Amino acid sequence: MGGGEGERGLVDTLSKKDFTTDQEVRWCPGCGDYAILSAVQGFLPELGVEPHKTVFVSGIGCSGRFTYYVDTYGVHGIHGRAPAIATGIATARPDLSVWVVTGDGDGLSIGGNHLIHALRRNVNIKILMFNNQIYGLTKGQYSPTSEEGKVTKSTPFGSVDHPFNPIAVALGAEATFVARTIDNDRQHLTEVLRQAAAHRGTAFVEIYQNCNVFNDGAFDLLRDKPQGSRSQIRLEHGEPILFDDDMRCVAVGDNGRLIVANVDDVSPDSIVVHDVHGRPSLAFALAHLSHGPTEPTCIGVFREFGRPVYGDAMEDQMRRATERLGKGDLSGLLHSGDTWTVR
Amino acid sequence: MTKTVEEKQRVVVRFAGDSGDGMQLTGDRFTSATAVLGNDLATLPDFPAEIRAPAGTVHGVSAFQIQFAATDVTTPGDRADVLIAMNPAALKADLHTVEGGGTIILNEDAFTPRNLEKAGYAQDPRHDGTLDGYQVYEVPMTSLTILATEGVGIGKKEAERAKNMFALGLLSWMYGRPTDVTLQWLEGKFGGRHEILDANVAAFKAGYNFGETTELFAHSYKVEAAPAEPGTYRNIAGATALAWGLVAAADRSGLPLFYASYPITPASELLHELARHKSFGVRTLQAEDEIAAAGIALGAAFAGHLGVTGTSGPGMDLKAEMLGLAVIMELPMVVVDVQRAGPSTGMPTKTEQGDLLLSMFGRHGESPMPIVAAATPGDCFDAAIEAVRLAVTYRTPVILLSDTFLSNSSEPWRVPEVDSLPAVDPRFERAREDGGRFLPYERDERLARPWAVPGTPGLVHRIGGLEREDLTGNISYEADNHERMTHLRRAKVEGIARDIPPLEVDDPGGDAELLVLGWGSTLGTIRAATRRVREEGRSVAAAHLRHLHPFPANIGEVLSRYPKVLIPEMNLGQLALLIRARYLVDARTYSKVQGLPIFADELEHEILRALDE
Repeated sequence: MGGGEGERGLVDTLSKKDFTTDQEVRWCPGCGDYAILSAVQGFLPELGVEPHKTVFVSGIGCSGRFTYYVDTYGVHGIHGRAPAIATGIATARPDLSVWVVTGDGDGLSIGGNHLIHALRRNVNIKILMFNNQIYGLTKGQYSPTSEEGKVTKSTPFGSVDHPFNPIAVALGAEATFVARTIDNDRQHLTEVLRQAAAHRGTAFVEIYQNCNVFNDGAFDLLRDKPQGSRSQIRLEHGEPILFDDDMRCVAVGDNGRLIVANVDDVSPDSIVVHDVHGRPSLAFALAHLSHGPTEPTCIGVFREFGRPVYGDAMEDQMRRATERLGKGDLSGLLHSGDTWTVR
Repeated sequence: MTKTVEEKQRVVVRFAGDSGDGMQLTGDRFTSATAVLGNDLATLPDFPAEIRAPAGTVHGVSAFQIQFAATDVTTPGDRADVLIAMNPAALKADLHTVEGGGTIILNEDAFTPRNLEKAGYAQDPRHDGTLDGYQVYEVPMTSLTILATEGVGIGKKEAERAKNMFALGLLSWMYGRPTDVTLQWLEGKFGGRHEILDANVAAFKAGYNFGETTELFAHSYKVEAAPAEPGTYRNIAGATALAWGLVAAADRSGLPLFYASYPITPASELLHELARHKSFGVRTLQAEDEIAAAGIALGAAFAGHLGVTGTSGPGMDLKAEMLGLAVIMELPMVVVDVQRAGPSTGMPTKTEQGDLLLSMFGRHGESPMPIVAAATPGDCFDAAIEAVRLAVTYRTPVILLSDTFLSNSSEPWRVPEVDSLPAVDPRFERAREDGGRFLPYERDERLARPWAVPGTPGLVHRIGGLEREDLTGNISYEADNHERMTHLRRAKVEGIARDIPPLEVDDPGGDAELLVLGWGSTLGTIRAATRRVREEGRSVAAAHLRHLHPFPANIGEVLSRYPKVLIPEMNLGQLALLIRARYLVDARTYSKVQGLPIFADELEHEILRALDE
C-alpha cells in the first residue's frame, strides 16, 4: 500500500505528491470531498511535518475514506470512534501530528460522546468535520445536522428532529479552537487549516461540504460563486464583522443580542469587533446568528484559547513521579509491603 | 489464669458486619498477620454492591472470609469455623455460612431491639434456639472499645468506629497472630492523626487482652506455619497481581504500558493500581465510556505502546466492535475481563464465569481471539504476562479472563526474580531508507504481520476495519481474498496451540476413570475436592486450562483417555459446550451460579456421584 512516500532529509522539499497515495479516489463525481482532499494534500507540505510523522484517523461514512488517499500513517476505524482512537495515538505519541476526519453523522451522532470528550480533554488532535447535513454512504437518511422538516428516505413526512449546531456543540464542550469553513473556498479552507495546525490542543473545524447526490445545494447560499461570498460572514480576529462588500454587519441590538444589519442602519459603535480569545458568549452568539446555511452565516475562527494539552499533562505527571520516586524498579515493586522469607 | 493452647491444622474465620464497620479492612489486616506468620491461606471478600446500604440491614452486610492452615490451602473454605458478627444483621445474613458446632462471636452491644428489628428478627436469636448447637460468645465490643479509648481525646462516635480493631485484637489473640504487624500498619496508616492512631491501638490491644484475661475463652489456638518452597513471599490479591503482571510484561519487553478503562466494578481496581505506577512509564486514562477505552488502547497499540483495556461483563458487550477492529487490524492489545454475575448489571460484586462464550464468539463475523484465564490470585500475574506475550508475538487482541473472586481474594505469593520473567521482543518493523516496498500484511512463520509504528520512515501505511487485501493491506472486496484472509486470521490464532504448554494431567495413580476439567478460578476448589476424594481412597484425575482459545494441542488426546469427564463451572456449562462440540466427548457439567465460588465439598460430592454412576 502507499509507496508514494518519498523520504527526504529536508522537509522543505515536501510537495503535494508526497501526501498523495496511489489509491483511486472513489467518491461520487462532483462530491465536495474532492476539493477538501486536494486542499489538505496541498496544504500539508507547508507544515514541514514529514508524512511518516503524520497520522490520519477516520470513522465511517464518506469522510472515512479520506484516510486512504493521504499518504501518511492512517487508521480507518469504526463508526464514530475516530476521536477515541486518535486520543490513544496522540496521547501515546506527542511527537506525531494527528488528524481526525469525520462527518456530521459519524462525529455528532454515533460518535458524539467521543467528540465532546476529545474536545473537553484538549487532546492534541485536529478534527475536520465534513458537514453535508445528510447520511451519504448509507444512501440518504437525515443526519443530526439536517434541518427540521427534512424529507429523506427515512423521513418521508419530514424530519421532526431538531438539528445540532456543530459550532455551538464544540464551544459548549469548551473546545480550545473552533472554526468553520467551506469545501469549495480553497483559500479560506487552507487558511483555517493553517491556524488549526498551529493550535496546540484540539482544533475543531467544521467544513460545509456539498453532497451533490443526496443533499445537493444545501449550502448554495454561501457556496455558489461568485454571489455566495456575499452571505459569508467572515470572522477575522480584531476586525469589525462586516460582510457583503462591507454593506452589512453584525451589530449589537436590543438587550445585547447580536443582529445582522445594514451598516448604514446602525451606529458604528454597535458593530461587533471579533475577538477569538474573548469570552465564549461572543462565540456562542456568533454560532447562533443564523439558523443554518440558508441565512448569512459566520465562517472563520470563532474561538481560540490556551488550555493544558492532555498528553502534555500526562507526560508531566509521569516526569514528576519519576523525579520523586526514581525510575520504576520492578523488583522493588514486587517486594513492596509486608513480605516474609522462607528458608 | 493460664490458658491452654490447642493446635489446629486449618481454620476458617469469617468477619461480618455493617458495610461501614470496616470488615474488609479487619479481614485484610488479619490476613497480613496470618501471611507473615507463614500459614498458607486464601481469602474471600463478600460485600454488597451498595456503598452504604441502610445501616443495620441484611443487605448492608459486608463479610470477609479467610482459611488459613499449617498445610496447603486452595480455597477460602466452604464454611466458617468462627463467625464474628458485629450486629444482628450480620448474624442473620451469615449464620448459614457457619459449620455446625462452630463458634460465633457476637458484639453484644449491637443486639438492641431496634437493631434486631432492622435485621428482621422477630425474636432475639440468642434466646429463641436459633443458635443451638453453636458455641456462642457474647462480647460487648462497642462499650469495651469506648472504655479502652477513654482519655485519647476523641468523641464517643469516633471511638465506636474502632470496634473493628477490638474484634481484630480478640481474634489475633485467639489464633496467636503476631501483633506487631498490625501495630506497625496502624502507625503507618494513622501516624499523622495521633488521637485516631491511639484509639485504634487501644481498641486492638483491649481486644487482645480481653481474650487473654477474661474467663469467657478457655483456650486459644495455634496454627503452625505451612511448609513452603524457599523464597520471599507476600500476600497478594488477584487485582494487584494482574496489574503488576501487566507492568512487569511491559517493563520486560521495553514497551510503554497504556491502560485505558472506564470505571466498573470490579475491574476498577486495575485502573486504581496502575494509575499509581507512573514512574514505570505507565499511562492510565479514564475514558468517557467502554468503547472509547478500547479505542484508546487500540490507538496506543497502533502508535507502538502496549495497549490494554480492562472491564467487566457489561463493558465487554460494549467493547465488542473495537475488538473486531483490533482483530482485522491485527495489532497487539490485551483486554481484561474481570467477570461478574450477569446478565446485564446482574450482581456487580459477585463472581461468575459467564463470559467464556462471549469471549469466544461475542463479535460479528469470523473474529477469533486468543483467550487466557487466570486460575488463582497469584496466578493473575503470570496470566497477564502470558496474555501480553501472545498479543505481541501474534499481533492480535487477547482476552484475559479473571473474575470477581480472583480479583478480590488473596493468597501468599512467592515473589519472582525479575530476571526469571519472560521478556517479549516487540520486533517493531525497521525503517526502510531504500525505498523498498512495505507490505503491512506480509506474515512471519507464525502468520503474524509487521508492527509498523508511526514515525518510522518508509513504512507509511493505512489500515482499518474494511477487509484488507492479502500482503498489501489495500481495501479488497474480492471474494477469494476475503476467504483467504478469514482463514489466515483463524490459522494464526489456532497456531498458538503449538506455542503453549500441553495440558498437564494430575492423575497420581494413573488409573482414574474420571477427569475433572476446569478453567479459571475453580482451580483451588478442584484441587481441594480431588484431594479429599483421593483421601477416601478413590482415583480421580484433574486438569486445568490456562488457554481457552486455542486449547492446548494435546487436549483431545487427554480427553480420550478418560471414560468420564466432569467440568465444574460457575456458569451453565460453557466450557462443556465447547468440549462437547469440538471433541465429541460426553462431558458433564457441574454448575453453580450463586455469585459465589464452588465449594470443595459440593464438588467432592459431585465427583463421588460421577464415580459411582
